[in-house]
Amino acid sequence: MEQIPILKVGRCLLVSIQIDMHDKLAMALQDDLTQKLVDTRARGVLIDISALDLVDSFIGRMLSNIAAMARVLDAQTVVVGMRPQVAITLVELGLTLTGIHTALDVDKGLALINRLIDDPDGGSGAGGAQ
Amino acid sequence: MVTKCPPPSAEQEMATDGSVIPTLVSKHEAKVLTSWVQSQIAFGSLRSGQIKEDELKAQSKEFLRLFSEGLKSGAIDDITAPAWSATRDMLGDLSRSRALQGFTPSETATFIFSMKEPLFTLLRQHVKDDAEQLGEEIWIATKVLDKLGLFTAEVYQQSRDDIIKRQAQELLELSTPVVELWDKIVAVPLIGTLDSERTQMVMENLLNHIVKSGAEIAIIDITGVPTVDTLVAQHLIKTVSAARLMGADCIISGIRPQIAQTIVHLGLQLDVVSKATMADAFALALKRTGQVVTRTSAKPA
Repeated sequence: MEQIPILKVGRCLLVSIQIDMHDKLAMALQDDLTQKLVDTRARGVLIDISALDLVDSFIGRMLSNIAAMARVLDAQTVVVGMRPQVAITLVELGLTLTGIHTALDVDKGLALINRLIDDPDGGSGAGGAQ
Repeated sequence: MVTKCPPPSAEQEMATDGSVIPTLVSKHEAKVLTSWVQSQIAFGSLRSGQIKEDELKAQSKEFLRLFSEGLKSGAIDDITAPAWSATRDMLGDLSRSRALQGFTPSETATFIFSMKEPLFTLLRQHVKDDAEQLGEEIWIATKVLDKLGLFTAEVYQQSRDDIIKRQAQELLELSTPVVELWDKIVAVPLIGTLDSERTQMVMENLLNHIVKSGAEIAIIDITGVPTVDTLVAQHLIKTVSAARLMGADCIISGIRPQIAQTIVHLGLQLDVVSKATMADAFALALKRTGQVVTRTSAKPA
């Protein structure tokens, strides 16, 4: 079965989604990620969706769920690498992913997540959604 | 010559073949031309000064030549026939150029319709005795001229539509620039009313620019937006949300006092930092990106 790799980078976990998501894969990812968060005691989750050229309500909800789960485990979630067309589609669909932090690329995402870890309430960084 | 009241379908063929108009027109071309040009001038085709009398004369002469050629071909009823193609091309060019020169539709159509008078006069003079034939001939002339006139009007309308489309496109391009203000800070000065098409364009431009320049803050300046209603607000929110998904924060600036009042009266929730002026927004953007601009104490010499 295909699997989405979860890599530990510094204090956070990097998840790069590069294949089409479906129910089973999403469930497996949530399982793996929560397990890994507990095991590694990571403080942040970085989800890279730069390879996705289609994000629908299903993936949107999955991202929200992951963010919520991470928050319960005291970790910040940042979604990075969204393509312009994807952003426009999501907005047209009315999915603005409130409650999820976003950044332009992995580099900026890492910087943001480190800032968020040090100061969880200072959500004024780029893409900080309160 | 012309037959008397045959059944309609046969009539067309017979009347066309037997009409005296082709012969008359080519014989009295000069006379028709003179009185035609005069009636055009009387209508005021030269008044607006877009074309000179010589030009009008040349155009009329050219048309009359093609017209009598078309008549001679025998296909009086059907101006879509190949025999009329030269006439159609000429009329097409004429109405296109008139549309560009700013003629009104009636001025353009009058070019053709004003030819009726001299043509009818000519017919009256030469088909004096037979009232029925005169009626027939006038009917034929009217039919073909009306068709040509409508064709002119259609081409005119078409050219105007093209102009409008092109202008709308130009306006779209003109009004959606994304300006790089500073490192990591871009600005979008919006001018004019925001409709869905323009919002789409602004959004695409802005997001592509964010990707290209790696901007973290986008200042959307609405000084040039005349009114903000619920729809415009919704479009603004869409743009802001899309930018946020790309990891860029938005600041809305240039909110005029009246617009502030409107926003409150309508109960709109923009959910985004807003500043009265672009300068304030820029200062905040600098602060958020951790940059400072300092004034050197001494002015450069």
